[in-house]
Amino acid sequence: MTATTYVPRPAEAASADLSRTGRRGRRDDTRPGLAFLAPFLILYVLFVIGPALYGLVMSFFDTSLVKSGLGTFAGFSNYAEAFKSSDFWSSMWHTVWFTILTTPPLVILSFIFAVLAERATHGKWFFRLAFFAPYILPSATMALIWIWLYTPGLGLASAVVQKLGITSPQWLGDPNWAMWSIAAATVWWTLGFNFVLYLAGLQEIPRELYESSSLDGATPWQQMRSITIPLLSRTTTLVIVLQVIALLKVFDQMYIMTSGGPNFSTRPALEYIYDIGFTDYRVGYGAAASTVYFVLLLIVSAIWFIQTRRAERST
Amino acid sequence: MNDQRDPIPSTLSRRGFLGGALALGLGAGALSACSTPVGAGLAGSTLDPGTVQYWNLFGGGDGVRMQAMEAGFEKSHPKIGLSSVTLAWGNPYYTKLSLATLGAKPPDVAVSHLTRMKTLQAADLLAELHPADLARHGMTADKFNQKAWKTALVNGKIFAIPLDTHPFVCFYNTEVCKKAGLLDSSGKLKPLTGEQAFMDALTKAKRVTGQYGATIAVINETATPWRIFQSLYSQLGGTPVLSDKGTRITIDDAKALKVLTFFAKLNSSNLMPGSLDYQGAIATFAAGRAGFYFEGEWEITTFQTAKTPFSMTKFPNVYGGPNGYAVQADSHTLVLPKRSGRSKEELDNSLTFIRSLLDQSATWAAGGHVPAWLPYRNSKAYAKLTPQSNYASAADAAVYDPNAWYSGSGSDFEIIVGGTIGAVMSGISSPQAGLNQIKQKLTVLAKTQPPT
Repeated sequence: MTATTYVPRPAEAASADLSRTGRRGRRDDTRPGLAFLAPFLILYVLFVIGPALYGLVMSFFDTSLVKSGLGTFAGFSNYAEAFKSSDFWSSMWHTVWFTILTTPPLVILSFIFAVLAERATHGKWFFRLAFFAPYILPSATMALIWIWLYTPGLGLASAVVQKLGITSPQWLGDPNWAMWSIAAATVWWTLGFNFVLYLAGLQEIPRELYESSSLDGATPWQQMRSITIPLLSRTTTLVIVLQVIALLKVFDQMYIMTSGGPNFSTRPALEYIYDIGFTDYRVGYGAAASTVYFVLLLIVSAIWFIQTRRAERST
Repeated sequence: MNDQRDPIPSTLSRRGFLGGALALGLGAGALSACSTPVGAGLAGSTLDPGTVQYWNLFGGGDGVRMQAMEAGFEKSHPKIGLSSVTLAWGNPYYTKLSLATLGAKPPDVAVSHLTRMKTLQAADLLAELHPADLARHGMTADKFNQKAWKTALVNGKIFAIPLDTHPFVCFYNTEVCKKAGLLDSSGKLKPLTGEQAFMDALTKAKRVTGQYGATIAVINETATPWRIFQSLYSQLGGTPVLSDKGTRITIDDAKALKVLTFFAKLNSSNLMPGSLDYQGAIATFAAGRAGFYFEGEWEITTFQTAKTPFSMTKFPNVYGGPNGYAVQADSHTLVLPKRSGRSKEELDNSLTFIRSLLDQSATWAAGGHVPAWLPYRNSKAYAKLTPQSNYASAADAAVYDPNAWYSGSGSDFEIIVGGTIGAVMSGISSPQAGLNQIKQKLTVLAKTQPPT
C-alpha cells in the first residue's frame, strides 16, 4: 500500500508566506480582499457614486433630459427655486406626514403580533407565514390588491364600511382620505419585516426571567412592562430607525395607487423629483431638489445617529 | 490508501469544471442573444425585425376598439407582426415614451395627442415623415381633416398623422328635453345662443328632472373645467392663454372673467353645479336625472351601454355668433419616434400599419371620435352614423391647447388652470380670485427656462 500525502514543498510554502506577509509579519489579506470587493466596488462607483456626483454638478446647470450636455450655467437658481417652490415643500410634508402616520402602527402592531405569534403553541409556522408573507410582494402587486380593495362601490373596504351603516368615503379619490388609505396599505405590507425582527429579539430573552418573575408574583402585564419591552429596546430602536429611513424614501405606493393625486395631495418628495426631472425633462432642477432632499435626510440620520450613540454610551 | 487530496481520479478539477460550464453558458447565451429581449438589449439589436412595435394610451371603450382595429390589421397583413402595448393615459404615457426614445429603444409607432406631439417634436424625439414616403401609402395631405393636419405641421414639416379629432360636445337626454320643449320638429336640440338661452334651457330641463339641469365633472377633475372654459373663452374671441411657446401669458382678462362669472352664476343658481366628480356626473346623466351633460365625445359608449335615451350635438355656440363658433378639442395622432438605423422596410411596415388604422376609421368613429381620414369622413356611411356625425363639423372649429412645453392634454398647464377653474365652478373661489391664481401660477412656469 502506498500512502501518498500531499506535503507542500518547503520552498513553495516559504515563498507563499513571504509574498503575503506584511510588515507586521502576519498574513496580509488586503490585496485578495480588495480583489474580491473589486466587482462590487466598480459597479457601485459606476452606477451609484458616479451618477450622484454627476447629479450634484448637474444641479448647478439648467440641464434638460432631451438635450445633450449640461446646458446653461444656473448657479444657485435651481436651489433657490426649490426653496421657493410650494410644490416642493408640500411634497416634502407629504413624505413626513406619511412617515408620521405609518411609523407608530408599524412599530407597535408588529410588536404585538410578534408577542402573539411567539405564544402560539400550535401552528406557529402558519402565523409567522401569515404576517411575513405580504412583505415579499412586489410593490406593484401590493398596490393592485389594495386598489381593488379600495374601489368605490365594488371594493371590500367600501362593502365592509357600508355594512356598518356608514357611507363609504372615496378611499383614494378624496384628498382627506387618500393618504390614510395608502398608509393602511403600507402598514399591511411592511409589517412583516419588523415582525421578524421582534421575533428574533423575543427569542433572545431568557425564559428564566419570566419564570423567576412569576414566582415572585409578577402579573403578565408587569412582565411585559418590566422584562419584555426593556429587553427589546435595542430591537425597537433598530426597527424605528430602519422604518423611518425606508418610509422617507416612499414612492411606489403613491405613484401606482394615486399618481400623487388627488390634486397632488399624496405626492411624496421623490415623486415630485420624478415629475420634474423626467416628465418635465428638467433634470437640472430635479437634481437640485433631490440634493436638498438628500441633505435633509442626512440631517435626520445624523441626529438619530448622535442620539443612539449618546444613549449607548450612557447605558 | 487513497490520496485524500485528489479523490477524483481524473484530470478535471472543480475549478476546471466551473470554468468550462461558464464558458459554455456564455457561448450559448451569445448564440441565442439576438432572439431574447435581454440579449437584444445587450447586443443593441432590434427585437423581431419584422414586427411593428406599437404603443398607445387607450383604455376602456377606446381600448376595446383599438384592439379590434389591431386585429383587423393582423388579419389583412399576416406577414407583418404586431406587438402592441397600452400604457396609462397622460403624463405616465408621455414620460415612458420620451424615456424610451432617449434610451434608443422606442416603439416603431406611437399614439400621441396633437398638443403633446408638439412638445415631443421640440424635444427632438420624433422622426420627420416625408411626403414621398407617405404618398407611397396613399396618405397625402388632402386626405386629412385640414384643421388637424395644418395644426400638426411644424415649420411646414410633417411629424404626425392625425387619426381623429375629439371635441368637447353636448350630450342631451332626448326624453327630458322633449318634455322641456327644447327639441325642434325633427327631434334635434334647438340651438342655444347667448347666456340667457343657455340658462333657460337648463332651467326647463331642471324642472323636468327635478334634480339637475346639466351635469359636468368638476371635483377631482382638471381637464373638463379647462375644456368648457376654453370653448366659451374662444367663442368670445379670446387670445390664446399662452404665447411664444409658453413664455408669455396672453390671457384676455375681461373675456376670461366673463366666462368665469358665468360659471359662478351656473353654480350658485344650481343649474350646473360644480359638486360632482367625473363618475358622478356620468352616473347622474345616465340615470336620467339631468337634461344635459358636457364632456368629450368619448363617453358615448358609456351611455349607449346604460341605454340612456340620449343624443349628441356640438357644444352650444353660446358666445360665438355666426362666424365665431369655437370649441376645445384635441386630436389623436400617430407618430414615429426618432430612432437611428430605421430601415426602409421598417418604415414601410410602420406606415402600412398606420394606413390600416386609417382605413378602419369606421370602427374608431363608432367610439365617438370625428375621423380625420377624409375618405371615410365624407362617406355616406359616416353620415348615417348618428349621433356621432351630428357634431362632425366641430372638428373644423377645433381650438387646440396653446403650444408650450408644459402644455397639452393631461399636462401641468391643464392641471393648474383646470384645477383653478374647477374651484370657481364649485364656488370655492371667486371668479376674480380664480383668474389671479391662474395668472400667478402660470407666471412661474412661463418664467422657467424651457427644457426643450
